[in-house]
Amino acid sequence: MMEELDRLAEEARAALSAAQDAAALEAWRIRYFGRKGVLSEVMARLAQLPKEERPAYGKAANEFRQALEAAYAARQEALRQEEMARALAEEKVDVTLPGRPVNLGRMHPSHRTLREIYSIFAAMGFQIFDAPDVETDENNFQLLNMPPGHPARDMWDTFYTTTPGVLLRTHTSPGQIRVMRQYCPEPIRVILPGMCYRYEQVTARSEMMFHQVEGLAVGRHITMADLKGVIVSFVRMMYGAGRKLRFRCSHFPFTEPSAEVDMDCIICNGQGCRVCKYTGWLEIMGCGMVHPVVLRNGGYDPALFSGFAFGMGVERPAMLKYGIDDIRYFFSNDVRFLEQFG
Amino acid sequence: MKVPLSWLKEYVEITLPVPALAERLTLAGLEVSGIEYVGLEPPAPLRGSSSPPTKAKTPRIPWDRERIVVGQILEVRPHPNADRLTLAMVEFGRGEPLTVVTGAANVRPGDRGQKVPFAMVGARLIDGYSDEGRLVTLKAGKIRGILSEGMVCSEKELGLSDDHEGILILPDEAPVGMPLADYLGDVVLEVEITPNMARCLALIGVAREVAALTGQPLRLEEPTMRAEGAPIAGQVGIEIADPDLCHRYSATLLRGVTVGPSPFWMRHRLRLAGMRPINNVVDITNYVMLEWGQPLHAFDYDKLVERAKGRTPTIIVRRARPGEGMVTLDGVRRELTTDMLLITDTAGPIAIAGVMGGAETEVTENTRNVLLESANFHNINNRRTAQALKIPSEASQRFGRGVPAGLTIPAATRASELMRTLAGGVIAQGYADAYPVPQATRVVEITPAEVQRILGMEVGAERIMQILESLGFRVERTAADVLRCTVPWQRLDVSIPADLIEEVARVIGYDQIPTTLMDDALPPQRRHPELEMEERVRDILIGCGLQDVISYSMVSQDANRRLLAALDEPEAGYTGVGVIPCLLPPEKSVRLANPLSPEHDTMRSSLLPSALLTLRDNLRYTDRWAHFEIARVYWPREGELLPDEPRHLCLAMTGPRAPRSWHGGSGEMMDFYDLKGVVETLLDRLHITGARFTATAHPAFGPRVARLEVDGTDVGILGEVHPKAREAFGLPAQRVCLAEIALGPLMAASNRPLQIKPISPFPAVREDLAFVVGEEVTAEQMLAAMRAAGGELLRAVELFDVYRGAPIPAGHKSLAYRLTYQADDRTLSAEAVARLRQRIIRRVQQELGAELRG
Repeated sequence: MMEELDRLAEEARAALSAAQDAAALEAWRIRYFGRKGVLSEVMARLAQLPKEERPAYGKAANEFRQALEAAYAARQEALRQEEMARALAEEKVDVTLPGRPVNLGRMHPSHRTLREIYSIFAAMGFQIFDAPDVETDENNFQLLNMPPGHPARDMWDTFYTTTPGVLLRTHTSPGQIRVMRQYCPEPIRVILPGMCYRYEQVTARSEMMFHQVEGLAVGRHITMADLKGVIVSFVRMMYGAGRKLRFRCSHFPFTEPSAEVDMDCIICNGQGCRVCKYTGWLEIMGCGMVHPVVLRNGGYDPALFSGFAFGMGVERPAMLKYGIDDIRYFFSNDVRFLEQFG
Repeated sequence: MKVPLSWLKEYVEITLPVPALAERLTLAGLEVSGIEYVGLEPPAPLRGSSSPPTKAKTPRIPWDRERIVVGQILEVRPHPNADRLTLAMVEFGRGEPLTVVTGAANVRPGDRGQKVPFAMVGARLIDGYSDEGRLVTLKAGKIRGILSEGMVCSEKELGLSDDHEGILILPDEAPVGMPLADYLGDVVLEVEITPNMARCLALIGVAREVAALTGQPLRLEEPTMRAEGAPIAGQVGIEIADPDLCHRYSATLLRGVTVGPSPFWMRHRLRLAGMRPINNVVDITNYVMLEWGQPLHAFDYDKLVERAKGRTPTIIVRRARPGEGMVTLDGVRRELTTDMLLITDTAGPIAIAGVMGGAETEVTENTRNVLLESANFHNINNRRTAQALKIPSEASQRFGRGVPAGLTIPAATRASELMRTLAGGVIAQGYADAYPVPQATRVVEITPAEVQRILGMEVGAERIMQILESLGFRVERTAADVLRCTVPWQRLDVSIPADLIEEVARVIGYDQIPTTLMDDALPPQRRHPELEMEERVRDILIGCGLQDVISYSMVSQDANRRLLAALDEPEAGYTGVGVIPCLLPPEKSVRLANPLSPEHDTMRSSLLPSALLTLRDNLRYTDRWAHFEIARVYWPREGELLPDEPRHLCLAMTGPRAPRSWHGGSGEMMDFYDLKGVVETLLDRLHITGARFTATAHPAFGPRVARLEVDGTDVGILGEVHPKAREAFGLPAQRVCLAEIALGPLMAASNRPLQIKPISPFPAVREDLAFVVGEEVTAEQMLAAMRAAGGELLRAVELFDVYRGAPIPAGHKSLAYRLTYQADDRTLSAEAVARLRQRIIRRVQQELGAELRG
């Protein structure tokens, strides 16, 4: 009897090993564990045995059942593992194929640059003030100390509108008058970003439209040394801590003294190259102490108040930074240009 | 302004090396934008040196000191084998004279004694026959059988000018054997002159700056002339009819001059300074202008006498009369306007004051007697006249920026004496000088405290005085430390203390001013909601996959008309301001008086045309494009000088919904609902709840178009562009989605405080319901009815399917919704959900005839 059980167990194990898939495994289960299966037969024999043989046989039959169950579970798990391994093997891909495209837009390079400028000046307490694009001759020139016929007007080629005395601002400086008149007699610390317009043939080097950021500080103790401090801080934050600057005397009708600010060339580090025209310097902004006439036009008494102003381009620094050699790219919105900005 | 250093050195000692001098001038406001080395070797560029490169049109070359020297022609013989060539024997101070073969027209058989530049074999010169300034190394060679052992050089071969007509003949005193670089070599500084530095459009002006900046004395004597002729009084009369435009008119008279070429040194200097030599009389007027900054004009005196019919000529300075015209010395007939100032005589105009002389009275080679004008003209009037006539002359370049009246006499004196010595002739005694508006002497007061207040740096009274005095100011120090500064008459640019502070600062050097952080009171801090809104919208739309663009603020005047191409009469579609899109007719738009091109002559009143142009341009390179622009539109305001400039947002999308990739994609094109999805996302992220889309019609759009309302206000439009408008902008035949939205009202609507709701701890119940409704029923109506019935417990309504076709009857559609029910304070029972469901079903049935699908 006992030999018979051993044989059956041997046979069951062999059959189990032969089951290579879920269907074969199920057939095996039915054969051994089914209602009329082998296990039922083995158990049924117990009742037919003499009473004294029953305990030994019962124990052996029980062991037989446990062994089968364990073998079945192991086989089932083995098959599941095999199945998973097979499925995983099929999952293999060419990882060098491109991923699914995600649609994410991009910011215009001028806006990126403007944001950088905003945040640097915000840290120094400069707020943003808006002024219109279409301006009066009075704000754009006269109140900035350039009466009609003033030779300095030649520095800006102007778009005029068909309304006499109305033009497209040639610089953001008319905003100085607006902000002073709005906030006088408060102290002022603002930047005035905006689009400016020049009647200039559009070429790789010049556009009829461009962004400028003007800065203005007015108070009772504002000095040219403060102007230098603000500009040095800005340049180091914008272009890097090691940048060298030089302030040279220049002329703007609305500042006195006036200065032009040069930075050592970021392309060649001041060694001289095509970008800096072999001077080692890049002109980055104009600035100066607000002219007493302009302060007075803004409502401030120049004997009590002083101030500084500066103005810089936005596209020009972006061109330097990204090595762009054609300013026309900025407003032609060519996908082949814009898509290069991540 | 071109400044030859050899000329500058006449007035001031140059103590600095050239690059250092250039740097010093640049930092002090005289930007040196180029340095030309004429015949000299430029210094090797130093590390960190700021010496700018040459901008010369004529290629400059250094002259080999060993091989290019001053030579002297000993003898010129004909070439035995060529009629046009000669053989010149040249002595050059090193060994035996050599013979050279030359074809120069000014070296003919029989000539002897001329001093010439002589180049030996091995010298590098410019090829005289090359237009590109090619360099050649001189070799010995036989020319028509005769060995030429060097070369006598033309100006072109030396890089002095483009002149290759003949050999450069040097002055007789040129020392034979001296390296030409030592004799003629020079450095020319190209200096940019800002309007306040007009005094430096003169060598003496630059010299005065150099003297002050380098601590050297200015070497300048008051010019004198030897006048031995009959007094000028009685030989010419001067009347200034318009003293507002001519403060002073001075003149001298020379009799018996011989017009001919100027001497070499003068021609050489004029050329280095960028002017073309003409004849001695004209050259002298130019030379003195370059030297002193006073433009001069020479009249042929005899022609003036002729015009006066033999009587004493009278110069009359007056405005042009209506219809007056004249022929200027360039042979052009000029029509004049009554605001232009003329020099006239009793017979009519003889010059346009300070702009250009007349042809009739111009100095010619036959001129014997010269009336020399040295006058002062009003800068603004002169500038306008020169601009109106488009004559940008050297004279008006100076008059236009202002010339001090005190210059007329020194300049006339200097020029007269030069003419006497270089052109012969006798100077009439005295000056004809009308000076109705004398130049006022200005006194400006300044204190060291004021200097410190502006510069943020202490500068002592002594230092201030020393700086100003070095610049020619007379300074008087009062007991109270006030410095009373008398402005020298040469300085028209100084009138207030700030001007003096700049003088002090630039001579000390801006680099000496400290760098400080502002310690002034911080102004009240304010936010900028409009800009913050703009940047928020920008971030959201970039997240939506749209490209941020900036297009020109100006469009063509027919841009709006093209957008209305679907109308039989596009003009009928023009709008006024305030509606969106605002399509103004050209005459009601902000227009440019001087556009660069017709493509950009009108300030845009709507952003839509620009968007279509951007699409058109990009669809050449890509089939899918989606962008947005946030920009101002320009809306004229009744009774206001300046237009309103509201910020608008424009969206533009076209092409396949999914970018092309190997993963495939439906290939479906973006349509109205893609655009609306972006607008809805924007509204959602801005927390704008009161938005409504309503069907509308607009000629720029096809039938798929909606207006956007926020809180009952119309804020914009979105839709698919009408095919005719699309064609009018040259776009391909594919759906183009376009929207324009005003940002101002969006900002107002999104400013409400945001309240976050707690998350309910009780389970939500979700179920799907589908309804069959008539085609005329809108999604908005269904939603409103369900929300009204569901109330607070109906948390979400999600439309997940719209179906038409069997078994739905024609004229109907099936709308399938997933509804979410939830309460904050309890678990909803099955009965409660059932009651809610029944209420919703009943409501949509009664209101909209919707039937629940089985």
